[in-house]
Amino acid sequence: MSMLTITDLHACVITDEGETPILRGVSLVVESGKTNAIMGPNGSGKSTLAYVIAGHPKYTVTSGSIDLDGEDVLAMSVDERARAGLFLAMQYPVEIPGVSVSNFLRTSITALRGEAPKLRTWTKDMKLAMSDLQMDPAFSSRNVNEGFSGGEKKRHEILQMGLMQPKIAVLDETDSGLDVDALKVVSEGVNRFKDQNDAGVLLITHYTRILRYIKPDVVHVFVDGKIVATGGPELAEALEADGYESYTTAARA
Amino acid sequence: MTAPTVAPATDLAPRIFSRNIDDFDVPHGREEEWRFAPIKQLAEFFEPATWGSVGVAGEHDALVECVEINDSRLSQNWMPTDRPSAIARAKATHAVLITIAKESVHSTPIVVNLENSGENSYLHVEVHAGAFSKAQVVLIHDTTGNVNGSMLSIVEDQADLTMLSVIDADLAVTQHLHWFTEVGRDANFLGLSITLGGGVIRTVPMVTYRAPGGKAQMLGAFLLTGRQFQEHRILVDHTEPHCTSNVIYKGALSGEGAHSVWIGDVLVRREATGIETYELNRNLLLTDGPRADSVPNLELETGDVISAGHASATGRFDDEQLFYLQSRGIPEATARQLVVRGFFVEVLNKIDDPNLRGSLMHRIESKLGIVDHE
Ligand SMILES: Nc1ncnc2c1ncn2[C@@H]1O[C@H](COP(=O)(O)OP(=O)(O)OP(=O)(O)O)[C@@H](O)[C@H]1O
Ligand SMILES: [Mg+2]
Repeated sequence: MSMLTITDLHACVITDEGETPILRGVSLVVESGKTNAIMGPNGSGKSTLAYVIAGHPKYTVTSGSIDLDGEDVLAMSVDERARAGLFLAMQYPVEIPGVSVSNFLRTSITALRGEAPKLRTWTKDMKLAMSDLQMDPAFSSRNVNEGFSGGEKKRHEILQMGLMQPKIAVLDETDSGLDVDALKVVSEGVNRFKDQNDAGVLLITHYTRILRYIKPDVVHVFVDGKIVATGGPELAEALEADGYESYTTAARA
Repeated sequence: MTAPTVAPATDLAPRIFSRNIDDFDVPHGREEEWRFAPIKQLAEFFEPATWGSVGVAGEHDALVECVEINDSRLSQNWMPTDRPSAIARAKATHAVLITIAKESVHSTPIVVNLENSGENSYLHVEVHAGAFSKAQVVLIHDTTGNVNGSMLSIVEDQADLTMLSVIDADLAVTQHLHWFTEVGRDANFLGLSITLGGGVIRTVPMVTYRAPGGKAQMLGAFLLTGRQFQEHRILVDHTEPHCTSNVIYKGALSGEGAHSVWIGDVLVRREATGIETYELNRNLLLTDGPRADSVPNLELETGDVISAGHASATGRFDDEQLFYLQSRGIPEATARQLVVRGFFVEVLNKIDDPNLRGSLMHRIESKLGIVDHE
C-alpha cells in the first residue's frame, strides 16, 4: 500500500526573464489501486505539476510538500524519485540519438533493481510487454523516440511503465494524439499495469474520452495552478457536457 | 631540384605540390588555409630542424616495416602541399611502410603502435593496399613530444582498406598531421580519425581518386576537455566520375578554452560527373565555455552529380535528455554516458573489432569523467 501526498504545493518556472509562479497551492492524495484524473484547460499547469513531482530542474518549489510513504520526495534527485517508485509518462517524450530502446530499457531496469536483469527472462519479458501493446519487435532496436509517431511515443511510455512497475504513475496526456484503436490498446496497458501492480495512477487529461476506458475513482478540475473542484466520475461527465467555462470564469473572478 | 607543380586555381584545393621546403612561404595566419590555426604555437613546424623519426613500438606484423626515407617502395608521386608537410618529408630519416599484398585478405586488424625516438619527431607513414586486398590498419599515435608528418593511404583497384588513426597525447603536445588518401578504381576506403587529446592538434586529411568507381568515407570523432585546440581540415577532391564520398565528424567539447575547428571542403571537378557526396559535422558542447567552429564548403564545377549535400550543427548537451533518462531511474553519470555514447555511436560503430571499439569508448568516457564504477 503506497500513498503519494501533495500538500499546498506552490511552484515557479525558471526562465530567462525570471521566475513565474504556476502552481498556486495544490493538495492531492494518490493511493495504491486508485485512479485520480486531473482535468483542466490548456496552460492551467497540469504538466508543471507532473514535472514537479518528477523533479524537473526547470521548476522550483517555493512552498508545500510532496511525500511518498513518509519519504520527502522534494529532497530526492530525479533518479532517486524513480527508484522510490514514481513514474512519469511524458506528454512530449524526448529523442535520444544513438541510444536504442532495448539498451535504454535495460539500463533503466538495471538502475531500478540494482542489478542487471537475466538476459533470457529479460528478452522474454520485453517481447511480451511489446506484443501486449501491439508494438513491432523491431522497435527495440530503434533509437529512443527518434522518428517515433505520436502514437508510438505514447505506447513506448506505457511500455516503460509496465516494465518498471512503479508504485505511483503520473500519466500526462497519454491520450493526446492517439486514434481510437491506439487509445484502446494504451488504456488496456494502463489497466493491466494497475491491476497487476496495485499501483496508484494520476491521469492528466484534457478530454473525457480516455475516461471511458480508464475508470477514474476521483476527478479533479484543475484551473490556474490549483484544484478548484473534486468529485466522482460524474464530474467528468459534467465537464464533457459543459466544458471548463464556469470554472475558468470563477477562477478569474 | 624540380620545379613545383602549380595546380590550376580553385578556392579549395592546394595550389602547390612540392618537396622543396622553400616553395612554401612561412604562413603568417591570414591565408585562408591558416586562418584558424594558432600560428605562434606552430612556429616550430615552419622551420626545418633536426628531429627524430617516428617508428614502431614492440612486436609487430611482418607487413609493417620501418624503412629508410629513401626506400624506393615509398611513394615517389606524392608531394607535400604545405610548409610543415614539406619539412617533414625532407627531414624525416625513416618511414613506416605497411604493405598489404595484392589479393591478400586480413581478417584481424593490423595494429601499429607508433613511437618516437626523440622529444620532437617527424612522421612518415604509408599504407599500400594492393589490388583486391582487404585489410584494417590501426595506427596508435601514443607518441610523446611534438609530431609533424604525413600519413598516406594508397588504395589500389578494388582494394578495401579501413584505416583507423588514434591520437591521444598530453596537453604539452602539438601535432600536425597530413593524411593523404588515393582511391583506385572501384576501391573502398574507410578512414577513421579519433582524436582524444593533445594541446594543439591539426589534421589535414585529403582524399582523391585515381579512377572511376571509388568509394571513400572519412569519419572522425574528437574530444576536447580543456584548454585544447584541434583543427580538422578535410578536403575531398572529386577528380573522377562515379565516385562517392561521405564525411562525418563528431566532436564533444567541455571546459573553458576548448576550441575546435572543422573545415569540410569538397571539390567536385568538371570531369567528376555522376558522383555522390555528403559531409556532416556535429559538435556537442557538454559545458559552458568551449567554442566549436564548423565550416562546410561544397564547390561544384559540374551540375551533373547524383547527390551533393552537407550539414553542420553545434548544440548544447540537452538537459531534457538527461531529465528523461534520470526520470527512468538512471543515475546522472550513467545518463551522461548514454548520451555521449549515443552521440559517437555513428562513428564508433564503424569499428568492427569489439575490443578496439570498447577500449576507445572507455578512453572517451574516462576523459569526460563519466565512467561509472561498476
Ligand atoms: N518551461 C517553461 N517555460 C516557460 N513557461 C512555462 C514552462 N513550463 C510551463 N510554462 C507556462 O506555465 C503555464 C502552465 O503550463 P503547463 O504546461 O503546465 O500547462 P498544461 O496544463 O500542461 O497545458 P496543456 O494542456 O497545454 O498541456 C503555461 O502558461 C506555460 O506557458
Ligand atoms: Mg501539459
